[in-house]
Amino acid sequence: MIGVGKPKQYGNVLDKPLSRGRQEVSLSAFAFLFSELVQYNQTQVDNIAELERRLEDAGYAVGARVLELLCHRDKGNRRETRLLGILSFIHSTVWKVLFGKVADSLEKGTEHEDEYMISEKELLVNRFISVPKDMGAFNCGAFVAGIVRGVLDGAGFPAVVTAHFVPIEGQQRPRTTILIKFAEEVLRREARLG
Amino acid sequence: MPTRVLLARVIIELFTSRVRVTHELRAFCSPLSIGEETRLFLSFRSPIASPAMPPLVPKSGDAVFASVERVNAELFTLTYGAIVRQLLTDLEEVEEVNKQLDQMGYNIGVRLIDEFLAKSNVSRCVDFRETADVIAKVGFKMFLGVAATVTNWDAEGTTCSLVLEDNPLVDFVELPDTCQGLRYCNILSGVIRGALEMVSMKTEITWIRDMLNGDDAYELRVKLLKQVPEEYPYKDDD
Repeated sequence: MIGVGKPKQYGNVLDKPLSRGRQEVSLSAFAFLFSELVQYNQTQVDNIAELERRLEDAGYAVGARVLELLCHRDKGNRRETRLLGILSFIHSTVWKVLFGKVADSLEKGTEHEDEYMISEKELLVNRFISVPKDMGAFNCGAFVAGIVRGVLDGAGFPAVVTAHFVPIEGQQRPRTTILIKFAEEVLRREARLG
Repeated sequence: MPTRVLLARVIIELFTSRVRVTHELRAFCSPLSIGEETRLFLSFRSPIASPAMPPLVPKSGDAVFASVERVNAELFTLTYGAIVRQLLTDLEEVEEVNKQLDQMGYNIGVRLIDEFLAKSNVSRCVDFRETADVIAKVGFKMFLGVAATVTNWDAEGTTCSLVLEDNPLVDFVELPDTCQGLRYCNILSGVIRGALEMVSMKTEITWIRDMLNGDDAYELRVKLLKQVPEEYPYKDDD
């Protein structure tokens, strides 16, 4: 019979055609999964700093893979070599693919040359999470900070990335800021490239 | 916990003034004979109901999926991969990882059933066949965006297979030789087990086919062990 057949089997996952990236799952499925990730890590650590580090490590792996996927699919295998280029890649392309919208803002730090901030009113991962008082400044945005660090590391811009809550007057919930502090070598290279 | 779900359903139904005298409502109030049942039904309907209100139609899987908020499947896939990787690093034993994934799925399933019942408006399933159909068509579609098919019913109607052609959990995944016993999608079996337990069905779920091991689809065997009747905290004569 014409038209009836099994879908083609690929021996190697690298031979499978890459999907267009339009497939979606429900937000609640992701929220449940993320909550299990956080709950599992809570059982494995003793303090908040450890928990943040583990979430960041999980995000790092995601970030490295997102960079490869997006560079190949959306940017035609061209890689960013300039600082502003990679930052705007994260701020628009990566955010758009992962969270469905571009990040709210990208700012350069005023006090230090090597600091940049990506702000978001409400991170997708934090939407269904409430942090008890005794956990202090813990922010599940550490996962997103890990994603950003993964992308930057993979692209050759080593940095220290952290997530912070920034309270805003007039708003009940604080804004989240991802603080990116680039390593020395990145700034030197940037200066050399002019 | 099952009582909470049941009470929530009773309250929702009362407010929508569409009281179906279902099995649980009947038992909740007290045993009634057929004649009394009809009277109870009518007395609830009269003060608040508008007579022309149509019954709530259970939504199809596609309709529910279109109405919930959605997120990119790749974020979901990559996050799940990060979880499995963390588990493998921490636990190192493939069997332990399988068990932990099942437990995580169970925790998710226990909470997922509330959302499922609230958003999809399914009516109470008469038998296990309908349950399996609802899971495959509405449940999977609503959360994962893919529909499953139900096949291979056994003679008594207590065991069936759910077949998934497309699985967003396993995009980009290849199992290395060191992890051959790993059931990568084991979280799904936990989710189904947890969700069904909250609606008083004890089940046992096993994986028959797994695409990561070279098969052509994902097949889950769902076996109904027993129906646990719900316990009510209220005594009839209070």
